Amino acid sequence: MSRHGTRVPLWSKQALIRLLILATLVLGGNYIVWRYLYSVNWENWWIAVPLVLAETYSLIDGFLFGLAMWRIRDRGEPPPPPPDATVDVLITTYNEPIDLVATTARAAAAIRYPHRTWILDDGARPEMREAAEALGVGYLTRSDDWADRPRHAKAGNLNNALFATEGEFLLILDADQIPDPRILDRTLGYFDDHDVALVQTPQWFSNVTEADPLGSQAPLFYGPIQQGKDGWNAAFFCGSNAVVRREALMQLGIVGYVREVERGVRRALRSGRDLLRQARRDALAAGSDAVAALDRVRVAVDDAMAALDAGHPVAEVTYRFQRTVDDAARGLVASDVDRMRADLAAIGELPTGRHGLDVAAVDDEVLDQLSAREWSPLGAIESVRALVGSVDVDRGDEAQPVMPMATISVTEDMATAMRLHAFGWRSVFHHEILASGLAPEDLGTMLHQRLRWAQGTLQVMLRENPLVQRGLSWGQRLMYFATMWSYLSGFAALVYIAAPVIYLCFGVKPVQSFGGDFLSRLIPFLVVNQLLFLVVGWGIKTWRGQQYSLALFPLWIRATTTAVANVLFGRSLGFVVTSKERRTGGPSWGLIRPQLIAMGLLVAAAVIGTVRAVLGFAPTVQGTVVNVAWVIYDLVVLSVVVQAVRFRGSDAEVSEEEST
Amino acid sequence: MIDVETEGVAPDTAVLRPHGRLNMVLAPRLREVVATTVQGGRSRVVVDLSSTDFMDSSGLGALIAGLKTARQAGGDLRIASVPEQVQTVLSLTNLDRVLRPHGTVEQAVGER
Repeated sequence: MSRHGTRVPLWSKQALIRLLILATLVLGGNYIVWRYLYSVNWENWWIAVPLVLAETYSLIDGFLFGLAMWRIRDRGEPPPPPPDATVDVLITTYNEPIDLVATTARAAAAIRYPHRTWILDDGARPEMREAAEALGVGYLTRSDDWADRPRHAKAGNLNNALFATEGEFLLILDADQIPDPRILDRTLGYFDDHDVALVQTPQWFSNVTEADPLGSQAPLFYGPIQQGKDGWNAAFFCGSNAVVRREALMQLGIVGYVREVERGVRRALRSGRDLLRQARRDALAAGSDAVAALDRVRVAVDDAMAALDAGHPVAEVTYRFQRTVDDAARGLVASDVDRMRADLAAIGELPTGRHGLDVAAVDDEVLDQLSAREWSPLGAIESVRALVGSVDVDRGDEAQPVMPMATISVTEDMATAMRLHAFGWRSVFHHEILASGLAPEDLGTMLHQRLRWAQGTLQVMLRENPLVQRGLSWGQRLMYFATMWSYLSGFAALVYIAAPVIYLCFGVKPVQSFGGDFLSRLIPFLVVNQLLFLVVGWGIKTWRGQQYSLALFPLWIRATTTAVANVLFGRSLGFVVTSKERRTGGPSWGLIRPQLIAMGLLVAAAVIGTVRAVLGFAPTVQGTVVNVAWVIYDLVVLSVVVQAVRFRGSDAEVSEEEST
Repeated sequence: MIDVETEGVAPDTAVLRPHGRLNMVLAPRLREVVATTVQGGRSRVVVDLSSTDFMDSSGLGALIAGLKTARQAGGDLRIASVPEQVQTVLSLTNLDRVLRPHGTVEQAVGER
């Protein structure tokens, strides 16, 4: 918050924040306990239970926020940079316009601290290469190893570059993030602490209007939330505008390699047993000689498994396994060759020596060739060949054996940061805008981006649940969990929309009463909670974020269901169809159809509820008043999507003027 | 600097000896040397670390890349004479679960 002139001294603000957190905790706890014990209307359990669960969800969300704010940390002035660090500035691009990337690269080259600049072009575009050469910056594309192997998007792009560069530190920039010349001078100093692996700075967008209808600026996240996480040594890596220590990333890569190799070899050996049984059955049926050799391979599989269990190094175990299989194949070929030799010898004894066949020609070299893995009768059994290939330490299914950036999620940055923290590295959030980027300018693109973030975060939660990660402190676990938890808000939002509609239209009460008991517990909690937001977010705009956390409920629900389907059932994550009619046609209302339907229902419910109250059908007048107020709140929150869908970019007004 | 020794060993074997700090600067060089050695027909590579003062994770990464190269050519990569600091990084990253540190070059070459 150093950008804002007036500010409360941190200590007093901190004390006030902690007081409010305690008040939220006490009042929220009091409310929810009362809700569970005395006010759930079990008669209408089908709406009463979802509502109390949704409220519990929100309360936990609030507590996790409070926990972060408890340790909010303002780093202030950074320490001076070291005199002789080596740095690579990596600009990742895939299909962004050449001019845009070149602008970023030019600014990157102009960073004051000595460094090398690289454009990491995943699109491998010749024009991009030319632009890089013209600017005198490095240009990298994927090596040949990546052909026909999983590319892992941006994580793969960075992993490829890590082996083509050699700086001690890496500044990672998205293609549109134009760096300030001081960015390295202001961040490298933190690495004097040898345990620091990461310094993240805010992402800030220059093309956003004051009203920011798409909610692109995330001042709450790139401010108090990251500062709070920083207090728990859990500041996140956000993929761009961050400096990373190469050693830390490489270490993750090595550890990950060992884990994956051991897992892969064990998996291959386990499945090998079934596979060999099948192959043996087929060989028996065909009367093939391979049966005995297959039995030897089977013994080798068991031996390898036992050796791994006994703690023998994987390279040694796999090497021995491969040799045993080769020997088995060789034995098989040798018996064929013996027969050939005998036949040739017989031919040689024939009176006519015209054939000139030399028995010695079938020598060891031929034997070697015939028993080479692809040629031997054992190798001819495809499944066995695949098995032997996968009992190895080269991770043949990946382009590189070592993948420093995590590839378990489409948000590789968060997964990587969590692994760094679990390994004992520290991270820093430096709250100063040192790069400015471009935010999406239409709702379709923005929705696509949000969906990916949500899906990625939930993928990490499902694959590597932070709550059970060894090496993380409890504070860190909860900081990661908090972000993942917040993406589940779609289900709660659905209940918050449905409950008042059902009450107003049908008089179905989810709570025993909306009377004084209810309000006297709820309102104090809501007031302190909003006060906490106000104090924490003093001078920054937090309202857009609050709106979107509910208003994008269809997107959050979709993110959750697709992430679950992806992780548990291996389905593709799918994509949002981005609006192609941008700036040519009118607003694409289809993108917000669920919200429009919800708003229609809410308005209708308010009217019906009022009429019912006037005619005396409503259970209580107070209940109607509370629920109409609730509907109004919902409508105000949801209205943001209407502004968003009508938004036509920050420069739309200018270009319209130009065209008239 | 990396010495390549091919005398007194089998024709399919080479001993590589990196000197000094095997870090992000020397690691790419080690990868190259392994690649050219294997291409030259010596797919059984022993990396003698007796003259290596220091190794970081980039150095370990180069060993893994070399292991992959050698294995794909039907050979192997082994490490020998591992100093204490290297032993520490090996166990810190669990890489000793994959690569066995051999006491001497002879021992590393020994087992076929």
